[in-house]
Amino acid sequence: MLVNWLKRIGTYLLVLLGLSILVFIIGRVIPGDPARQALGPRAPEEVVQALRVEMHLDKPYVTQYVLWLKGALKLDLGKSLMTRRPVIEDVKEFLPATLEIVSISALLMAVGGILLGILSTKYSDSWLDGIIRVISYLGIVSPAFVWAIIFMLVFGYNLPIFPTTGRIGLTITAPPTVTGMYTIDYLLNGDIVGFKDALAHLVLPSIALMLGGLAQAARITRSSMTENSTKDYILAEQAYGIPERKILFNYLLKPSLIPTVSVLSLDMASLFGSAFLVEQLFNFPGLSRYGMQAMLNKDLNAISAVVMILGIVFIIVNIFIDIVVAYLDPRVRLMGGGN
Amino acid sequence: MNDKIVDIRDLHVWYRTFAGQVKVLNGVNLNVRRGEKVSIVGETGCGKTTTVKSILRILVKQASIPKGEILFNGKNVLRMNNNELKKLRGSGVSMIFQDPTMSLNPVFTIGSQMYAVIRYSGLPGAEKKSVQQELAVKALKETSMPDPERILQSYPFQLSGGMRQRISIAMSLATPRDLVIADEPTTNLDVTIQDQVLKILKERVEDKGSSLILITHSLGVARETTDRIYVMYAGSMVETAPTKELFKKQLHPYTKALMDCIPKLSGGGVSEGIPGRIPNYLNPGEGCRFAPRCPKAFERCQCEKPEYVDTGNEHQVACFLYY
Amino acid sequence: MNNKHEKIVPKRDKYENIKKAWYKFSLNRMSVVGLVIVCIVIILAVFQPIIAPYPEHVGAYVNFKDASIAPNSTYWMGTDVFGRDIMSRIFYAFRGALIMGVGVLAVVVPIGGILGLIAGYWKDKWISTAIMRITDVFLALPPLILALCVCAILRPTLFNSMMAVCVSWWPWYTRLVYGMATTLRNELYVKSAELLGASKGHIIFREILPNCLGPIFTKMTLDMGWVILTGASLSFVGLGEQPPIPALGTMVSDGAKFLPAQWWIAIFPALAIMVVVLGFNLMGDGVKDMLSSEE
Repeated sequence: MLVNWLKRIGTYLLVLLGLSILVFIIGRVIPGDPARQALGPRAPEEVVQALRVEMHLDKPYVTQYVLWLKGALKLDLGKSLMTRRPVIEDVKEFLPATLEIVSISALLMAVGGILLGILSTKYSDSWLDGIIRVISYLGIVSPAFVWAIIFMLVFGYNLPIFPTTGRIGLTITAPPTVTGMYTIDYLLNGDIVGFKDALAHLVLPSIALMLGGLAQAARITRSSMTENSTKDYILAEQAYGIPERKILFNYLLKPSLIPTVSVLSLDMASLFGSAFLVEQLFNFPGLSRYGMQAMLNKDLNAISAVVMILGIVFIIVNIFIDIVVAYLDPRVRLMGGGN
Repeated sequence: MNDKIVDIRDLHVWYRTFAGQVKVLNGVNLNVRRGEKVSIVGETGCGKTTTVKSILRILVKQASIPKGEILFNGKNVLRMNNNELKKLRGSGVSMIFQDPTMSLNPVFTIGSQMYAVIRYSGLPGAEKKSVQQELAVKALKETSMPDPERILQSYPFQLSGGMRQRISIAMSLATPRDLVIADEPTTNLDVTIQDQVLKILKERVEDKGSSLILITHSLGVARETTDRIYVMYAGSMVETAPTKELFKKQLHPYTKALMDCIPKLSGGGVSEGIPGRIPNYLNPGEGCRFAPRCPKAFERCQCEKPEYVDTGNEHQVACFLYY
Repeated sequence: MNNKHEKIVPKRDKYENIKKAWYKFSLNRMSVVGLVIVCIVIILAVFQPIIAPYPEHVGAYVNFKDASIAPNSTYWMGTDVFGRDIMSRIFYAFRGALIMGVGVLAVVVPIGGILGLIAGYWKDKWISTAIMRITDVFLALPPLILALCVCAILRPTLFNSMMAVCVSWWPWYTRLVYGMATTLRNELYVKSAELLGASKGHIIFREILPNCLGPIFTKMTLDMGWVILTGASLSFVGLGEQPPIPALGTMVSDGAKFLPAQWWIAIFPALAIMVVVLGFNLMGDGVKDMLSSEE
C-alpha cells in the first residue's frame, strides 16, 4: 500500500513538471516576442534587446526552460516586471493573504455544505428542504463576483457591518510578520484589536468565494444521501431499531460523503482561481489579484510563479482528498485501488 | 395454547406514484404462531416484501395503509408509538434481506454493525462493549463462521455472498427474537451454498424458539424449510395450508398451476407456464385479481373479491370454486 | 440496463421515442422551466434587432442626455453612463455568450471525447497513459486560470477567449469518456464484436460511443451554462469582446464602479448571467432524466 502512495505522489510530481512545461510554452513560445510585448511598441530597440538578454530569450527554448527550472528549485523565480522586485518577495507578501481567505472559505464550504445537505435529507420534501434547494441552485449558478458585488452593495453601504476593502482598516498598522497571515500574526503578538479587525476584513471575501462550492456540496450531499437512504442496509439498520439520528449522522453519512468529497476537492482547488475576481473587487492584496495583474501585464516570471503555486496547491488538495477518501471508503484503502 | 405472534388482518397498502395510487396489497391475511415456521410463496411483484416490511413499519414514505391491522403479540403495530416500535425492532422482529451485497453497510466493519444491532436491541447490559463482543462472537460461532474475531474486523466486500448471508442470519438472532423474517435469503446465492444457508437458518430459528416467515418464489424451498405455506398472488393470499397438506392437494387454480411448473422426476414433461401477466395495480378492478388468467373463472370472479373459506385440515382458500 | 435492445424490437410509432423522451424530461417541472428559460434567451439573442427596443445602442452610441437613468417605462432596465439602454445591450450580449458556449463545446466535445475513447479502449497501453497524464496536467489548473493565461497572452477578442476556454475545457470530456470507455470495453457486445473481426473504428464509434452519449449530452447541457459563466468572468477582466460590443461580464465590471447609486448598470447584467446559467442547469437535470435508461 505504501508503494501505491509513492506511485501516486510520483504521478503528481510528473503532473507538476508537465505543468511547468505547459506554462513555459504558453509564456514563451506563443506570444512571439515577450520582451517587446512587455516593454511596448515605443521602447527603443536597445532597451528591448537588453531585456531579451536578461530574460535569456536569445538562448534555445530548452536552455531557457532548464535555467528557469533551476532557478525555481532554488526559489529564485526571477524578477517581476510589474513590481520590479524579485517575484519571490511578491509571493511572500501576497500568498499568505490569499491563503487566509481560501482556508476560511474551504472550511466553511465543506462544513456548511455537508451540514446543509444533511438537513436537507432529514427534512426532505418539506418546506425547509425546498428553501435549501432553491438557495443551493442560486448559489451554484452565481459566480463569485456577483456575490461580491451584492455584498459590497449591501454591507458596504446599506448595512456597514463588515468592511469591504483591504486587509485591515486604515488606522491600524500591520502586525510584525511571522507567517504573513495577519490574523495569526496578530494573535501571536497578543493584539486582539488587530486580530478582530483583520478577521472582519476576511469575512465578506471568504463568504463570496465559498458560496458556489457550498451550494454544490449541499446539493451533492443531499442527492447522495437520499439515493443511499433507500438501500437495503439502511432499511436493515432501521429495522433493527437503530435510532434515526445515529443512522443519519453516521451510517448514512459515511457512504454518501464520497461523491461530495470529490466535488469539494475540485471546488477547493479552484478557490485560488476564483479568488482573483473577489480580490479585485474587494481590493484585497492577495496572490490571485497579483497573478491576474501579471497576466494582464504579460509579466512572465510572475505568471509562471503564480501558476506553479496554483499547481502545487492543486496537488496538496488532491493528496488531502485522497487521504480523506481512503478513510471513508475501506475498499480504496485496503485494495489500494479505486478508480 | 399456541398464541399468535403475528396476526395480519385485511391489510391494504397503497403506494403513491406520479401516475396515481398503486394498490399493492389488497387485503392480506396472515398469521404465525409461536415457534411456527411459515413461508410466503409467490411470483415477483405480488407484494410479499411489502407485507413483511409493513410488520416492521419500514415502508417507503410514499406508502400508505388505508385499511387493516397488524397485531404483534396482541398489540397493533400500526398504532405503536416510538418506544413500542423501538422494542418491536429491538427484540420482537428481525429481518434478513435478499441481496447480501446490499444488506450490509459497505463502509463499516462487520463488528461495528453487529455491535450496533446488539446495542439497540434493548437487552439489559447491551450498552457495554464487552457484552456486545461476547454476543457477536457467540452468534457467529453458531452460524458456523470460522474465525469470528477476524470476521468482526473485516469489511463486507472482503467476504463472499454466502458468508454475508450467514452473518445476516447471525445478526438477526444475536439477541432473542420472537420472529425472524427472511426475504428470499438464498435467491442471490450460488446453488451450492443455498442448501447450507437454509439449513443454518432453520437450525438457528428452531434452536432459539423463534418463529420464522420465509419468503421465497420456490415451492421446493418452502417445502424443505417450513411447516405452513401461504400462496400469494397480486396483493393477497389465495391459499394457505400446512406444507404436507398443500403438496397433497391444491385447491386454488393458481396454486395448481404453480405446482405444475415444477418439473417432476416422475415424468410428464415441462409445463407451459401460466399464460397472462400480473394485473395492473393502478386500476385492478373489483373482482378476484387472478380472474383474467384463471382457466376456471366465471361471472362472479370478475366483480366480487373472494374471502377465505376453510375446507378443513387447516386448509384455507380464497376462491369462489369452493363457496 | 442498456438501450441497445431497442434496435431489435420494431417500433410501432416512430414518434414513440420522442414522446417517451419528452415524458421523462418533463417529469421534473424545474427542467421544463429551464428549457423555457433557455429558449427565451435564444430567441432574445437571435431576434435582438427586432425585439430589443433600442437595437442601435449596441454600437458606438452616445447620448449623454439620457445617461444613467434609473429603470423606468422608457428604459426598462435603465441606461448606462453613455445613455445606452441596458436591456437591449443585454439581449445582444446573449449572442456572444451563446456563441461562446456553442463554439467551445463544438470543439471540445469531439476532441476530448475522441481522446477519451482512445485512452479508454486502449487502456494499459502507453498511449492511454500518455493521454491521461497530459489530461491531468491540464486539469491541475482551474479552468479560469488557464483560460486567463492564454487569453492574456493573446489579443483580447471573442475568438481568442473561446480558444482559451477550449484549452482548459477539453480534459473534462476526456476524463468523462475515458471512465465510461474503460468499463464499456469489457461489455459482452464489445467482446463479441471483436471476436467477429469488427474494425477498431467500428467498435469505438458504433458500439462504445452510443452508450456514452447520455452523460456526454447531460454534461454538454450543463457546460453551456458553465462556459458562459467562464466567458463572463473573462470579459469581466476585459478579456473577451471589446467595447463597444456588449458582453455580460464587461457590463458588470463597468457597472461595478457605479455601485450603489446607479445599481442597475451592474445588477441587471449580473442577474442576466445568473438566469442563463440557471436555465441550462435546470435543463441539464431534465436531460439527465431523459437519457437515463431507467424506467
